[in-house]
Amino acid sequence: MAAVAAFAGWLLRLRAAGADGPWRRLCGAGLSRGFLQSASAYGAAAQRRQVAHFTFQPDPEPVEYGQTQKMNLFQAVTSALDNSLAKDPTAVIFGEDVAFGGVFRCTVGLRDKYGKDRVFNTPLCEQGIVGFGIGIAVTGATAIAEIQFADYIFPAFDQIVNEAAKYRYRSGDLFNCGSLTIRSPWGCVGHGALYHSQSPEAFFAHCPGIKVVVPRSPFQAKGLLLSCIEDKNPCIFFEPKILYRAAVEQVPVEPYNIPLSQAEVIQEGSDVTLVAWGTQVHVIREVAAMAQEKLGVSCEVIDLRTILPWDVDTVCKSVIKTGRLLVSHEAPLTGGFASEISSTVQYYRTQGHVPNKAKRWNLKKGLLQGSSKENGHLLLKMFCMTGQRIQRTKC
Amino acid sequence: MRKMLAAVSRVLSGVAQKPASRVLVASRHFANDATFEIKKCDLHRLEEGPPVTTVLTREDGLKYYRMMQTVRRMELKADQLYKQKIIRGFCHLCDGQEACCVGLEAGINPTDHLITAYRAHGFTFTRGLSVREILAELTGRRGGCAKGKGGSMHMYAKNFYGGNGIVGAQVPLGAGIALACKYNGKDEVCLTLYGDGAANQGQIFEAYNMAALWKLPCIFICENNRYGMGTSVERAAASTDYYKRGDFIPGLRVDGMDILCVREATKFAAAYCRSGKGPILMELQTYRYHGHSMSDPGVSYRTREEIQEVRSKSDPIMLLKDRMVNSNLASVEELKEIDVEVRKEIEDAAQFATADPEPPLEELGYHIYCNDPPFEVRGANQWIKFKSIS
Repeated sequence: MAAVAAFAGWLLRLRAAGADGPWRRLCGAGLSRGFLQSASAYGAAAQRRQVAHFTFQPDPEPVEYGQTQKMNLFQAVTSALDNSLAKDPTAVIFGEDVAFGGVFRCTVGLRDKYGKDRVFNTPLCEQGIVGFGIGIAVTGATAIAEIQFADYIFPAFDQIVNEAAKYRYRSGDLFNCGSLTIRSPWGCVGHGALYHSQSPEAFFAHCPGIKVVVPRSPFQAKGLLLSCIEDKNPCIFFEPKILYRAAVEQVPVEPYNIPLSQAEVIQEGSDVTLVAWGTQVHVIREVAAMAQEKLGVSCEVIDLRTILPWDVDTVCKSVIKTGRLLVSHEAPLTGGFASEISSTVQYYRTQGHVPNKAKRWNLKKGLLQGSSKENGHLLLKMFCMTGQRIQRTKC
Repeated sequence: MRKMLAAVSRVLSGVAQKPASRVLVASRHFANDATFEIKKCDLHRLEEGPPVTTVLTREDGLKYYRMMQTVRRMELKADQLYKQKIIRGFCHLCDGQEACCVGLEAGINPTDHLITAYRAHGFTFTRGLSVREILAELTGRRGGCAKGKGGSMHMYAKNFYGGNGIVGAQVPLGAGIALACKYNGKDEVCLTLYGDGAANQGQIFEAYNMAALWKLPCIFICENNRYGMGTSVERAAASTDYYKRGDFIPGLRVDGMDILCVREATKFAAAYCRSGKGPILMELQTYRYHGHSMSDPGVSYRTREEIQEVRSKSDPIMLLKDRMVNSNLASVEELKEIDVEVRKEIEDAAQFATADPEPPLEELGYHIYCNDPPFEVRGANQWIKFKSIS
């Protein structure tokens, strides 16, 4: 497509330009093009949006869970909720507009099937919704709350951090709200701007007592959501909203669980470890394919899946093997969850668990130690180019 | 005979002064003002309310008509531009609610303050910005009031604090602005608007308490258009008497489709606040023709018949027009002329909004902090840097 062609042309231009002083040339060489072009450059307004690029990559059909059906992400969520309400008579679903099916169609048909006592709307009050959910969960019933957009979760932040997360601890295990699960659409969608695009997982990562999960696909979503609902700790389940319709896969009809706090190595590799979660996993997969094809670099791709508590072992084992780590996420850089991952891996490296002889990627200089300077630059640029495309849609 | 001669000479002198197209208009003699009866407001904790009759001058009437028609046409043009994908993102239109924004403005001074939620295009106009700036902001261009970076939900003007996306979050802000008004002692008030959906947010009640405790000159206004997105008020609120929800704060319920009613109620409320008695609550009963936003067709939770009924019986522009024509304050032709002028103004503005260039990429990082000297902001990767100047 046009974007890939532009990128290939730019790559060739770069090689011709030589390896020194690439940074300044890179910044001017075509990265900025495509951003915010005036109407005259492209003609019709609709054409301007072609720079947005992102391809969902479905996983192969799972065979171990029985019959499967083609579902997109919101249908997979509905299926998980359906299974939950069927299995657990105490389960209730509530939130803004969930009764008619939800603004993203995640709860379609559930009210008709299970009744208005089990699937009901709340007024517009996030703090009230979560507080109310904690109350339900404390009595032992299963509460599945929906916050309409992750951007609106902040009025409920106090309830989640101060009430939900600490209930078991402060009552000496006498009480807990473990049967609470909060679901919320998450992440950038292209036209969401300030208040329909946020990825707040890092705010919650700072809070022991809760679990934070982000799936990358319909199959993952159903299994992880069911695990969250059954988990005996309050869980926050962020659903990448751009994938609701875009991600289509074969998903088992029967309930199944995907364990929490386990990262998945989607693709094995030997040169560099790429870690991401949610939508960004698909961008990373594309980068890995590009890197293999154009530079002969073998990338190991890891989907973190659970942000808190995260799977330190899998990531560290991978970095031991490859010696290089690159983490990518949509959320802002400072204090984003990548900082936690990179500092933890660094810590284990200093402790000797990750051997010192493993090659390190000096991100500051953009150099891949031990390989050609240019390759290192190009690999990062390539990653950034595709990683950036999803960021472009934010503009 | 003499009378007829006098009349004829008046007509002829009138013809000489005004252009040819206005001959018909000039030959009619309009009333200078007229008195109208308006609906009595329901009161909560108030002994007396706004007056039940009001005087409307011809000049004011024409002004209100023009403003309401401009807001209406502007919203319809925004609808058109959105469907052509020239406006992207979210777009919440307020056609049907023109009497609220124009009526509120008519009841206060330009030095008073106003803050509202995201259905803000009408207020942006009545608070003083031009249609050009508003439409250009919707299309995200340089000429927009927020330089193209804010969009539909983030428009600001002098003494107009937006334009806020998070539901209910603007209400404590409004209470704070009212505190500043009281502190500065300039006899200003703050109009703090929110919707029927937002009325169930906790922070609204926190703001009520603070405003009442400290007797802040804050007019809380609930724009009740009967639906919070897709949820009707009966299904969202235990009490749909929004004017009573302030409990210890006195309240009045106003017919939000009648601009004169809104104006009188606003004058009354502003006078109440300016006298130092503390906050007051107004519920404007109004209606929106469009759905919640452009992605909502607006007919899955209400019937087309309902929308049609409101349009035919309570349309604010129609109500004003009928009143003015029937009391000889203006003629149908004159108002039609205003329609034509307004249409032209909107067309020009839409032309500008479509043709104006987008803001330059360099400005992407501006105004994050207030920083002197400028600093650098990282973009989507570490080699993309934006300068942040403020």
